[in-house]
Amino acid sequence: MSKKEDHVVNKVETTGYEWDGIKELNNPLPRWWLYVFYTTILFAICYAVYYPAIPLIERNTEGLSNYSSRKELENEMAAVKSSHATMLELIKTMDVSDIQSDPKLARFAAAGGASNFKVYCSQCHGSGAQGGVGYPNLNDDDWLWGGSINQIETTIRHGIRYEADEDTRYSEMPAFGRDQILSEEQIIAVANYVCSLSGLEHEESVIALGAMVFTENCSSCHGDDGKGINEVGAPNLADKLWLYDKSKKAILSQIINPQHGIMPAWGNRLGDIIVKELAVYVHGLGGGE
Amino acid sequence: MSILDKHHRVETNATLLLILSFLVISIGGIVEIVPLFYLQNTIERVEGMRPYSPLELKGRAIYQREGCYVCHSQMIRPFRDEVERYGHYSLAAESMYDHPFQWGSKRTGPDLARIGGRYSNKWHVQHLTDPRSLVPESIMPSYKFLAKNKLYVSDIINHLETNQLLGVPYNQEMIENAFADIKAQADPSADTTGLLKRYPKAKTGDFDGNPTQLTEMDAIVAYLQMLGTLVDFSTLDLGQR
Repeated sequence: MSKKEDHVVNKVETTGYEWDGIKELNNPLPRWWLYVFYTTILFAICYAVYYPAIPLIERNTEGLSNYSSRKELENEMAAVKSSHATMLELIKTMDVSDIQSDPKLARFAAAGGASNFKVYCSQCHGSGAQGGVGYPNLNDDDWLWGGSINQIETTIRHGIRYEADEDTRYSEMPAFGRDQILSEEQIIAVANYVCSLSGLEHEESVIALGAMVFTENCSSCHGDDGKGINEVGAPNLADKLWLYDKSKKAILSQIINPQHGIMPAWGNRLGDIIVKELAVYVHGLGGGE
Repeated sequence: MSILDKHHRVETNATLLLILSFLVISIGGIVEIVPLFYLQNTIERVEGMRPYSPLELKGRAIYQREGCYVCHSQMIRPFRDEVERYGHYSLAAESMYDHPFQWGSKRTGPDLARIGGRYSNKWHVQHLTDPRSLVPESIMPSYKFLAKNKLYVSDIINHLETNQLLGVPYNQEMIENAFADIKAQADPSADTTGLLKRYPKAKTGDFDGNPTQLTEMDAIVAYLQMLGTLVDFSTLDLGQR
């Protein structure tokens, strides 16, 4: 190696090495850069001491902070729970209709209901509670099982045609076609009559027969005027809102071989508080009676 | 400083440089990776985990084939927003029989780690057939064809044996009964006692609304319906880890 002094260029030493005639200036590192570098080393040491970091024989070091993401989550959940404790206790003990008449509590319950609705209900009833084919719209005032807040609460708590819950709401429309309760002529007539109730296209000539069939077979559940009866979950046939399709074909298919929607019972799964919150939220969507 | 002064030897000898860099990087790798295989808190065991039933395994294969993992993760992180929406955070042990695991790296759709038992079979079938009929804002494609595709079952034993090779504890009885099990799980009239003994908590019955045929829809719904349901968190004590 030649002497470094021999290689001074612009007053800067070279490293003293030469590769194919190329020499490298040995400029010192900028001071600020060097100090930042030392600081990062120091930071890393502090970090390793403060947080769990170094693997030992059986466990890793806990670190001074004793940090764990699970513990952090637990603390956060506990903090939220305790900050809501008074409100939640009130919701637990009060009847839904009383919750609703207390504006502050109602607002709190509706907010909780809204977020739970997104998690548990929106998959069928839609994120805006607009429903879909076979899944009721909860924004309108057309209710199958009643739209008072207590009725809504019962529906959420026990579900509809949900076999695992003893108190579930239950009703089944007879399969007038499949089980040959009515003749083809009668079914066509009554379907036309049902169409006429809500102003859908229908054949005038069979209405009289249809009306007779309706009174004899349908009115016990759907009411004499076809406006439905909430106690048995019989839909209103005289309005323009339809759970399935708005057509004579869909009405015929329902009379011949009816579909029955199922809603799970949420009481046991979500608990009292969330059920009540959901009831307040759903009732407040616009259609609540 | 004598060693540092000799660094030109390393820098001018490519082979030596390669060997030394390899050593340095290996040490870093060993320190980071090896402890994960023996530290108590990284290999926690939980009760309830079992290998996938043959039908679930087929469903999982379809899940991978269709690239569901591109949009759906199966990994609930321990954050309040995730735990409140999806359920208990995922444990490493819950993926212990996954080859490969389906944690995913991006959520375009929601996490599916605990989708099991959350909706009815009918909901899943309708949602896979026409996602927008249930979730109007969804951008998920339709997987209608799954209901038409007959499930290809003749290679199921190979699936089980390959998993066994990878360390999944399928025993001889499970392998011998694989054919019977895959058919029994989706058949509402079948005797499922043996199946449920081999694969506790498996969901049985017709999944796709068509009991006469075993379709890919049956398999994927069976798989979705068991996701995240094996560990009973009400009795699990995770301690402070």
